[in-house]
Amino acid sequence: MEYILLIISAVLVNNILLAQYLGNCPFLGVSKQMDTALGMGTAVVFTMTLASIITWAVHRWILAPFDLVFLQTIAFILVIASLVQFVEIFMKKMMEPLYRALGIFLPLITTNCAVLGVALLCIKKEYSFPQMVIFSFASGLGFALALVLFAGLRERYAISRIPKALEGTAIGLITAGFMSLAFFGFKGMT
Amino acid sequence: MINALIVMGGIGFIAALLLGVASRVFYVKENPLIIEVEEALPGANCGGCGYAGCHAAAVAIATGKAPPNICVGGGPEVSENVAAVMGMKIVAKEPELASTECCGGDRAIEKFDYDGIQDCRAANMLFGGTKLCERGCLGFGTCVASCPFDAIVMGPDRLPIFLPDKCRGCGNCIRNCPKGIISLISSTAKILHFNQYSECLAPCRQKCPAQIDVPAYIEHIREGRYKEAILTIKERNPLPLTCGRVCPHPCEEICRRGVEDEPVAINYLKRFVADWEMNQDKHLDVSVAASTGYKVAVIGGGPAGLSCAYFLRRLGHKVTIYEKMPKLGGMLRYGIPEYRLPKKILDWEIEGIINLGIDVRCNVKFGEDFDLEFLKAAGFDAVFCGIGAWASRDMKIEGEDLQGVWDGIDFLARFHLGDPPKIGKRVIIVGGGNTAIDAARSSLRLGAEKVTLMYRRSRDEMPANELEIVAAEQEGIEMLFLAAPVKILGQDGKMIQVEYIKMRLTDPDPSGRRRPEPIPSSETLIEADTIIAAIGQFPKIDFIREGKLISNLKITKWNTIDGKESTLQTEIPYVFTGGDCFTGPAIAVDAIGAGRYAARSIHFFLTEGEIPPVEDRQTKLIRETLFESVEGLTHVPRAHQPELEVNYRIGNFEEVEHTLTPDAAKREAERCLKCGLICYNRELLEAMGREMASVGDSAEAKKE
Repeated sequence: MEYILLIISAVLVNNILLAQYLGNCPFLGVSKQMDTALGMGTAVVFTMTLASIITWAVHRWILAPFDLVFLQTIAFILVIASLVQFVEIFMKKMMEPLYRALGIFLPLITTNCAVLGVALLCIKKEYSFPQMVIFSFASGLGFALALVLFAGLRERYAISRIPKALEGTAIGLITAGFMSLAFFGFKGMT
Repeated sequence: MINALIVMGGIGFIAALLLGVASRVFYVKENPLIIEVEEALPGANCGGCGYAGCHAAAVAIATGKAPPNICVGGGPEVSENVAAVMGMKIVAKEPELASTECCGGDRAIEKFDYDGIQDCRAANMLFGGTKLCERGCLGFGTCVASCPFDAIVMGPDRLPIFLPDKCRGCGNCIRNCPKGIISLISSTAKILHFNQYSECLAPCRQKCPAQIDVPAYIEHIREGRYKEAILTIKERNPLPLTCGRVCPHPCEEICRRGVEDEPVAINYLKRFVADWEMNQDKHLDVSVAASTGYKVAVIGGGPAGLSCAYFLRRLGHKVTIYEKMPKLGGMLRYGIPEYRLPKKILDWEIEGIINLGIDVRCNVKFGEDFDLEFLKAAGFDAVFCGIGAWASRDMKIEGEDLQGVWDGIDFLARFHLGDPPKIGKRVIIVGGGNTAIDAARSSLRLGAEKVTLMYRRSRDEMPANELEIVAAEQEGIEMLFLAAPVKILGQDGKMIQVEYIKMRLTDPDPSGRRRPEPIPSSETLIEADTIIAAIGQFPKIDFIREGKLISNLKITKWNTIDGKESTLQTEIPYVFTGGDCFTGPAIAVDAIGAGRYAARSIHFFLTEGEIPPVEDRQTKLIRETLFESVEGLTHVPRAHQPELEVNYRIGNFEEVEHTLTPDAAKREAERCLKCGLICYNRELLEAMGREMASVGDSAEAKKE
């Protein structure tokens, strides 16, 4: 039950994109087409889970024992960046099809604040290992969900009447705001 | 502090070490070619090639999955650079340009008032758009907005106009058009295309044996884009100068403007642009596909042979024409008199065709100077046999061997062989076809005092063009209908009199035909020193030799070459036929259409080994397009070509008709209704509207 709540909370209520407003850059950047949004979403789910696990371990066995928690942010950035690079190199050689599906998105996530944010949240909320895995996975799902929904909306913009001044990113931000408001409707659920 | 430094340094070191090891262990050798190719590409990531960005395109090119010229954004220079990287050479790629067939635009009927987003895709989501015609353009200009090269502009009647100079064939408009009515088409595909029932075809396009896109070139003339008009015609007919003069224009018979008004003078307009091209004194460039390496021999340089050779050449094949006469042109040169088609003009037109790179051998006769064995040995892969119908039917009467008796074809041909026929003062022509009229009018110009045309049926049954008959009457040719010669009387080997018998028409037989039958003992004598028989033609099949390859050719009982209707292939698989020698005597534009059809068959026969049938091939007129009334049409008089005074015509062979002025051509072009499939068929539209309304009513009734 606790895990289900955790998932619902991460996907809908505290959606990383629409409630926390992290990862704004890919949210606006790769949401123009449904295909790319789906690819990006999957890549984020994958990276976010992996990064949280590694950073959790780094925190648990390196930073905490040496009383160096103040280095958290910088250490996590370093670890996540290297990790994504490593995964990219690894996938390119060992998992060719997966690389072709996600490959071009991986470098984009290297310094993604959503990934870092989730990693930091896991520590801050003092999650246990399974909680942490589920939370980060669900956060990734939430990201993907928001991204795909947003892309669906933006695809419609192509054929909509939009005032000249609001075309492109402007209307994107306004829409994101409305989506965010809509997601606040989930607040009372937990 | 020290701890912090050690830990951060440690993490960094481990990460670096891991990445270092990983990059070594998991090293994937990237093809250096890809990088080079990518550098040669413009890097615009436009996606026009169909790949996700320039890198993906580079990978595809380097691995051989895509040709080096897929980049649509960069133009020919980029293609050349990429090809250089790949060690290939670009041979001029045939451009594929966007175009649409729809000609409805604003005048197409709206199903409902639409006040939504002004975008075709949005409008299409609501019952497939507002236009009643399901295939028609919606006209919101989504294609215009989607074109990255500004090659599409919206026309005045809300139909997109595609600018061929700017179009790069990227296909963006096609992807964005919800109706799917835009297509990319290369010249080759255009040449190989034949009308299909499923297309939006104006009646004139259906009727024209060469299937010229008549509304399109009329539209071009209206807009003053003469070059495009000529190119549109030449996609279907390489002889617009000639056809503009001699074609009996079956298209005008079916012209829907003719239902309420006079038909559009389609042929005058064709002649007008063709004359415009000639007056520029430069043949317009037409596209010729890259060489295929196949060689085709064309036997006969008449309209069928010239058309076949022209289209084969444009499809990239190497063509040689073999002609038995001293010059090319066939019946156009030797059968049509100078006053209808000045040979200077025919020469200029043929020169344009030959200049595409066609070899010509004149004065060689098939069966005597060369045969199929020779052609095979010379390396020809296919043969087109378009020898026409050059044999005249005899009158089968007494006295045919007397001096002063001519056959029509021989008579007309002599004018152009430097040996004008010598005729007397009192000439009788037998027959009612165009050859008869040509012979009659030519005789008048040779100095005959009295020319009588004798025809065994009445004027209504005459197969000659109405215009030609009228011109002959104007020039003072006497018509003797319901009469047939029975005997030619002579003195000292020269003819002096013709005995003819009066005829009458029987009551219509079950097939509706009225046959002529002689009225007994109504024989009459008529003074004449020359008689020209023009009572029918058939192919001269004198080239078949026993024991040779050609003996496999099958001949029908009408003395024509036998072949498959659907492919024009004869019993000898690599020999194709078409034109008069296949159908029997017909008009030039029939032969031109057949020439292209044979070229299509030969092209597929050579490149693919088998000839796919034309799917859904349009051969009959499409009933829905032949609407019987046009509302709100005001009478606008049809253009007339200036003509020579009748008195001035006799005694010389100067061209009788002259071309329209640009103003007159524009006015005439404006008379075109641009008939589409249904958008001008008000009756059908009304019926459909009622049907739609009743569907709507029943839906509402159900709701209630």
